[in-house]
Amino acid sequence: MSGLLSDALLANIGRTSEPRRELVTRRDIRKYAVATGSRLPKYLNGDVAPPMFHVPLFWDVVELSELTPDGVSIDKLLPKFPLERAMAGGLEIEYLRPVHPGDWLTATRTLTNIYEKAGRSGPLIFYEVLMDIVNDEGELVIREKTTRILR
Amino acid sequence: MNPEPAVGVSLPERQHSPDNVQLMLYNAVLWNGHRIHFDLPYATEVEGYPGLVLAGPMLGDWLHQVVDEWLGDDGVITRVEYSNRGATYVGDTLTAGATITNYDEQSGELTLDVFIKNEAGDVVAPGVIGARLNR
Repeated sequence: MSGLLSDALLANIGRTSEPRRELVTRRDIRKYAVATGSRLPKYLNGDVAPPMFHVPLFWDVVELSELTPDGVSIDKLLPKFPLERAMAGGLEIEYLRPVHPGDWLTATRTLTNIYEKAGRSGPLIFYEVLMDIVNDEGELVIREKTTRILR
Repeated sequence: MNPEPAVGVSLPERQHSPDNVQLMLYNAVLWNGHRIHFDLPYATEVEGYPGLVLAGPMLGDWLHQVVDEWLGDDGVITRVEYSNRGATYVGDTLTAGATITNYDEQSGELTLDVFIKNEAGDVVAPGVIGARLNR
């Protein structure tokens, strides 16, 4: 270990975002289904949301001045890491309840882990973000864990 | 269901050849302004990519579609894990597929290995999907 992770950086583990509440609409489901090349009428008609519809539903919407020059919004949940080049990460999603037009869903994101590993060409930093999505009854609808790697 | 569920059975594959329009619409739906997906001079000259980069989660969606089309109304996807291993570009033809690796006839629980391959046969997005058949 090269000890890239200071105590101050690790103290960010457990940080939680403000909950975001969004409305699921038939039109948004239809647009998502068309754009992904779906062939299933229930999605193309917007009767029910396909898996991964929560990705656009909770994509960050920020003002133009908050985008970087390459058009990316900065994830405010994350601290500044000593490595910045992002490598491919992974996603784990649990689908617990179906999502329909008219549903209000609330997502809360938590930075659940930061750790370091030795890579072939130097140290790597891994971090994990958990997103819990609940309905207005407080029932868990979708749980997503994202793992990202920085080099 | 066609084919009938059994360990070792592969589902019908599907090819995707997304063009600029599909990639633009997908990123518009996401509200994703990342230039590597629509600004060709930026993607090639500044970032050094050979073309416009396909959005990683779009490939993730295609992993689901292979299983979802097969399930139809007979079951639901309950979980997924996948990763994007390599960049893919407008002009690529990608193949999505799945193979059943576990099937519990009693509970209807299924596990499938899923993949997206490029034309060279490299797996650019491997994953595992869990599903449950209606009982």
